[in-house]
Amino acid sequence: MPRKTYVQTTINGENVEFLCEPRQSLLESLRDVIGLTGSKEGCNDGNCGACTVNMDGRIVTSCLVLGVEAEGSNIETIEGVAEGNDLHPIQQAFLENAALQCGICTPGFIVAAKALLEREPDPSEDRIRFWLANNLCRCTGYDKIVRAVLDAAQKMQEVKS
Amino acid sequence: MTTRQGTDSNVVLVNQEFDVVGTRPIRHDGADKVTGRARYGADYKASDLLYGKVLRSPYAHARIKSIDSSCAEALEGVRAIVTSADFPQAGSDKPNRRYQRDNVLAGDKALYVGQAVVGVAAVNDHVAEEALALINIEYEVLPPVTSAPQGMAPDAPILHDEMRTDESGEQGNDPSNVATHFQQVLGDINEGFAQADFVVEKEFDTATVHQGYIEPQNGSAFWNQDGRLHVWTSTQGAFPVRTSLSQILDLPVSRIRVTPMEIGGGFGGKIPVYLEPVAAILSKKTGRPVKMQMSRKEVFEGTGPTPGSHIKIKMGATKDGKIIAAQAHLAYEAGAFPGSPVGAGATCVFACYDVPNIVIDGYDVVVNKPKTAAYRAPGATNAAFAAETVVDILAEKVGMTPLDFRALNSAREGTRRADGTSFGVIGSTEVIDAMKSHPHYNSKLEGPNRGRGVAVGFWMNIGWRSACSISVNYDGTINLLLGSTDIGGTRASIAMQAAEVLGIPAEDVNPTVVDTDSIGYTDVTGGSRTSFATGWAAHEAAVDVRDEMIRRAARIWEIDPDDVEFNKSVFKSKADPELSMTFKDLARQMNDTGGGVVGKSTVDPKGVGVSFAGAIADVEVDPETGKVTVLRFTCIQDVGKAVHPSYVEGQMQGGSVQGIGWGLNEEYYMNPDGGMDNFTLLDYRMPTSLDLPMIDTVIVEVANPGHPYGVRGVGEVSIVSPPAAIANAIYDAMGVRMENLPMNPPAVLAALGNGSSGS
Repeated sequence: MPRKTYVQTTINGENVEFLCEPRQSLLESLRDVIGLTGSKEGCNDGNCGACTVNMDGRIVTSCLVLGVEAEGSNIETIEGVAEGNDLHPIQQAFLENAALQCGICTPGFIVAAKALLEREPDPSEDRIRFWLANNLCRCTGYDKIVRAVLDAAQKMQEVKS
Repeated sequence: MTTRQGTDSNVVLVNQEFDVVGTRPIRHDGADKVTGRARYGADYKASDLLYGKVLRSPYAHARIKSIDSSCAEALEGVRAIVTSADFPQAGSDKPNRRYQRDNVLAGDKALYVGQAVVGVAAVNDHVAEEALALINIEYEVLPPVTSAPQGMAPDAPILHDEMRTDESGEQGNDPSNVATHFQQVLGDINEGFAQADFVVEKEFDTATVHQGYIEPQNGSAFWNQDGRLHVWTSTQGAFPVRTSLSQILDLPVSRIRVTPMEIGGGFGGKIPVYLEPVAAILSKKTGRPVKMQMSRKEVFEGTGPTPGSHIKIKMGATKDGKIIAAQAHLAYEAGAFPGSPVGAGATCVFACYDVPNIVIDGYDVVVNKPKTAAYRAPGATNAAFAAETVVDILAEKVGMTPLDFRALNSAREGTRRADGTSFGVIGSTEVIDAMKSHPHYNSKLEGPNRGRGVAVGFWMNIGWRSACSISVNYDGTINLLLGSTDIGGTRASIAMQAAEVLGIPAEDVNPTVVDTDSIGYTDVTGGSRTSFATGWAAHEAAVDVRDEMIRRAARIWEIDPDDVEFNKSVFKSKADPELSMTFKDLARQMNDTGGGVVGKSTVDPKGVGVSFAGAIADVEVDPETGKVTVLRFTCIQDVGKAVHPSYVEGQMQGGSVQGIGWGLNEEYYMNPDGGMDNFTLLDYRMPTSLDLPMIDTVIVEVANPGHPYGVRGVGEVSIVSPPAAIANAIYDAMGVRMENLPMNPPAVLAALGNGSSGS
């Protein structure tokens, strides 16, 4: 078996050190080594978006990043989206708009949508559809997901103003 | 009916109002699912855990001559290797038992690319995968059968030497790939066509498609030293998994416990077992828990898709617009083992219409593809694509609008189907009326290469068995245990039906999906049955609680229970208006009046209400590339009663979009050797958010008299009509009739090129 590599990283604001094999993906490291199972595996080749995490300000499909590449990086996963007992407005909007059915794609959608609203607080429907096109959902037909992101954007704007 | 608006363009046509049923509370498992805390099958963990992988056949049709796993066994970290021979061989004389086992691990033949042959358990996934590469299997490769017509040809290679066609109950004499042929007859078809002024006949082919759930199959098992087997899996039905395991492992159900994990989509595809029995025997061999999970390629190649099909439809109408005769030939691919949904296809193909003369021939044909599984209204979408295209052509010949023609011929209460069933109270005409009056249908569609199409669809829904139990908490809330796994918000829709009985808010119900040791037998989450049947069970359990609470109130007041009435959460003495107590007040006194209150129920409801739905689709066709863009889409569906309208809309939107994907892009792209070339989610192209408009919905509520709240079931029928509606829209735009699914750019270009008018 290959020797493991030491990796130091920041995950959801906390210093995390772990050992991983060179062949292990970041998704596998998060789920099986570190124990953060909120990021989901749907395809393991970057096409479904269920494993989306934020890495140094960019959203990535963590199945296409190697664990060793996380060295020195700053990662936010679905587990870091809520603040203590308070859901993030996007999470709340997903609940209020019934934007999830089975829920397996939901963590990836929320991480991706949060990155969008941090960049562009008032996106159009088309812009949301474009931004989320790498996240597959098979249950909802996307209608309620897009509405939830529009709703969250509006509520986050109202809080600001 | 009164009209209520949901979000923007979603409309509910309400028939009957309740306090809780029909409202939109936050789902009970919501917080867990937006924070990543919900535990799905792949999140299972145990100490001393081993990881299993499966070696699969690279051939579509091959005899397995020998398996040599000695090199793999010698690899460091490998703990156990199993083949079909490790399963008990009991029941081998019964073909169906053998088929079930062979689909989990192949016996003497591999019948599709991706069929599991060997299972390996190792210390981690990577070592298990390395071990697979060290296993040598000697195959004798045989020619594959890749479509139903090919499988039915007289010189076709035979998949199962012992198989004889079941001809409406009679066994045939010769080996055949046709497992079953049946015929449904109503009236006199020849007389019908003789009376017709217009007759249209067409043939159609539809490709194999997959359910496409985002969570791959998984299964973990621990065969305990005490002889009990515990399995954790993402499944649509923990009890059916227990039954399958009992059959494959020849183990009494009393020694099997199945814990359903959260499930990441199923759509029918997560009813069969695949990995669970393999994990079980790997665990038995090692004495350690074994976890298994499929890759996406394994999901496509190794789990049941829904069948490709070859369909012929002939229909005749009189000049005043009455459909007088309808004939269908349905040949469905079963996959490697018998059991396509051709029977359901036959039930649905003409069910939307009142037709006096019908003949339907159904053929269940084995081919060298994965064994098909259910997929949302299984069998109905293929049939509706064909029949609704022919209906559209007939409407044009008769000179009526597509919706007027459908309304004139619509099935009604008392209409008899070709399978002999007569309809009770149904919402078919109400759905068509709602389509006709919808702003979408009445809007102008302008611009070149644009067109509008409509289609309707039918699904019969199922009842089946469900159990619930309720315990009342001291604070007046209730804990509700249920056996139905929650794929799309059914904890909420079931809890709401219990809350309605007790006059408490939905939030005061704490629903938990429990394992097979903890609740009475409950069938799959499927067949649009869960909110209907398990919801009914919750209603019954709540009635049980209410009746016991009435007895407690009577005891406190020292009156006869018959003199206590209960209305909207308040118990009252009929005789003395001073004697009154809320559900919460009474709950507080449970412990002093005989201990905790529990309610229980088990149901097998017969009052199933069938479903009709319609689709209106606007498309734009790019004549240069053949690409079809859906500009606007509306789904109209009779649901009986929408328990939680938001999740009902969600079912309608999700089913519509699966239908759009099926219509426009999705297919198993097969190579000549019988393998699937497009086994990634990049190449098996399901719709993305960017491909779609918002999906408008109209919920029509024609109450089902067979259910306490009028529920029919909502999960499936929305997928049935979209491919046909899109095909009819393409005709409206370009004047060509599409005869095959998917209607992808090459297919549309080809149709435009040959200028087929279809009429």
